Amino acid sequence: MALTLPMADAATTVGSPALNIGIFAAFVVVTLVIVIRVAAGKKTAEQYYTAAGAFNGRQNGIAIAGDYLSAASFLGIAGAIALQGYDGFLYSIGFLVAWLVALLLVAELLRNTGRFTMADVLSYRLKQRPVRIATAISVIAVSFFYLLAQMAGAGGLVSLLLGISGELAQDLVIAIVGIIMIAYVLIGGMKGTTWVQIIKALLLIAGTFVITVWVLGKYSFNISSLFQAAADNSPKAGEKLFEPGLKYGKNLTTKIDFISLSMALVLGTAGLPHVLQRFYTVPTSKQARKSVEWAIWLIGGFYLLTLVVGYGAAALVGPTAINAAPGKANAAAPLLAYELGGSVLLGIISGVAFATILAVVAGLTITTSATFAHDLYKEVFKRGSGSQEQEVRVARIAAIVIGIVAIVGGIFAKSQNIAFLVALAFAVAASANLPTILYSLFWKGFNTRGALFSIYGGLISAIGLIIFSPVVSGKPPLEPGGPSQSMIQNTAIDFHWFPLDNPGLVSIPLAFFLGWLGSVTSKEHNAAKYAEMEVRSLTGHGVGEAIDH
Amino acid sequence: MSNEARTQAEDPYLALQTTSEFQELRRKFRGFVFPMTAFFLAWYFLYVLLSIFAPGFMGTKVAGNITIGLLFGLGQFVTTFAITIIYSRWATREFDPAADALGARLDADKGH
Repeated sequence: MALTLPMADAATTVGSPALNIGIFAAFVVVTLVIVIRVAAGKKTAEQYYTAAGAFNGRQNGIAIAGDYLSAASFLGIAGAIALQGYDGFLYSIGFLVAWLVALLLVAELLRNTGRFTMADVLSYRLKQRPVRIATAISVIAVSFFYLLAQMAGAGGLVSLLLGISGELAQDLVIAIVGIIMIAYVLIGGMKGTTWVQIIKALLLIAGTFVITVWVLGKYSFNISSLFQAAADNSPKAGEKLFEPGLKYGKNLTTKIDFISLSMALVLGTAGLPHVLQRFYTVPTSKQARKSVEWAIWLIGGFYLLTLVVGYGAAALVGPTAINAAPGKANAAAPLLAYELGGSVLLGIISGVAFATILAVVAGLTITTSATFAHDLYKEVFKRGSGSQEQEVRVARIAAIVIGIVAIVGGIFAKSQNIAFLVALAFAVAASANLPTILYSLFWKGFNTRGALFSIYGGLISAIGLIIFSPVVSGKPPLEPGGPSQSMIQNTAIDFHWFPLDNPGLVSIPLAFFLGWLGSVTSKEHNAAKYAEMEVRSLTGHGVGEAIDH
Repeated sequence: MSNEARTQAEDPYLALQTTSEFQELRRKFRGFVFPMTAFFLAWYFLYVLLSIFAPGFMGTKVAGNITIGLLFGLGQFVTTFAITIIYSRWATREFDPAADALGARLDADKGH
């Protein structure tokens, strides 16, 4: 620990930026070599989008954990627990329980009826063009918000971990992260991206495990004394850290807002396109089931570790130091690593945090580029004709464009609240995607009008309510005369009329209702396609054809 | 997916869908996953509502600094893991053999 810098300098940077950059660079080099070795070369559309179903359930389950445990989960939840105690823990429970929706209702049936994209399943027995266009718009919207959140997180991490505080230098680092991500996607397609996610998941879980054991060791493996130390070190919150209410218990509006958020979290996961895309990387529904089982064990285990990490950060770093650091709550886990293991452990955790952003962004880019190339270019624009080469070329161009959009968006969004952007993505996914997925898998009477009503209704209501919510305008400033806590910081601008931060409580039931309403007012029903979809979804018949193709 | 219109007079999927075996398979699947989904969603929202509207109860200390709310939260982890195990066993033992048999019958009928 010779490199240890005094904590007093923590206002701008902690640890050794050179070491942090070095560990991150080593991760990039190692993973790029692996990506080139396992996955370089020309690809069919199948290989590019889904690795041609070549992974097994265990590998895919680890990759799902790598995809799902984003910077928001890792840094955000640990920070929320450190500052808000119990209310931070509530987040992780919603994120975990959500996987049961995927396990019981979605993963296997989706694997059995789809091949490349989410729209394959939604358009199976409906009119292809309108449903694919609607689904593509919704996939792009959800992925865009999720992507922005990750890139914004990269910007915040940079200033904390690499000691780079200049605007231009931060933008440059965001651009480098974006370019490396594009390289993974272009060289490795889904196969390369999956391996990056697997490696990252293992590093992240191992790193968090070490911190957890270290923290517990300091308190003789007694959780209760860890909690006591956290409360003692939090003068403002004190023992309120152990009970709900610190963040959401203020008044009836914040309470209802929390119900809305909980609903979006638990119903959003199974509607996230980049999560659903992962189910196509295994050959059968049984392997898809195994994937979710592995994912649940790893994600659940990880969230249990973050509980200790969060309270550990409160006890050993303390809310004053966390709030003083750039990135505030997001800095809790890195600061704890520094407190425990000095520059070396901080360097490892920073490297892992960057790897997290890279891997998640790569997964989002693959999924979105598949939607552009397969749904919009091949099925809608070319009406199902067009060669595989063309399709893959379009997908690669789309990946580059998405990468550039992510870089530019990340530069503009770097001061935005990450948790807000992620919650928005979950709310839009739960409103625009999940009702249509469930209806098309389980309801005979569902049809094209129902799908369009539900997708567009869910999408427009979720995004519209956000625009007119306090997250965009009209939140009071933290201190009198200061900037508003909304996206628009000018306190003079206030056009909000929807009281909640999260639209889920309104937009999710509305999307289910619209799906029903559209379906019962239209006579369309394709009995043969419905029979084919239902028989295939339950028996797995024909899933092999998709692989051998 | 396969967009080509089916030309066979007898559609194997339609034929299978109307058999009592397939109806039984669907009934079996939905009979398991629907009640299970209802259960875990109800249990999750009970937890959310208690945390929001009964913070005093959830903040009650049981042992040391361990509160009822924390145990409830850990209970969500336990039920999630338990449902995962129960579903996986049920699917392997009860559902897969029946589903595979029907899938194989479809292949046999098609003359594969």
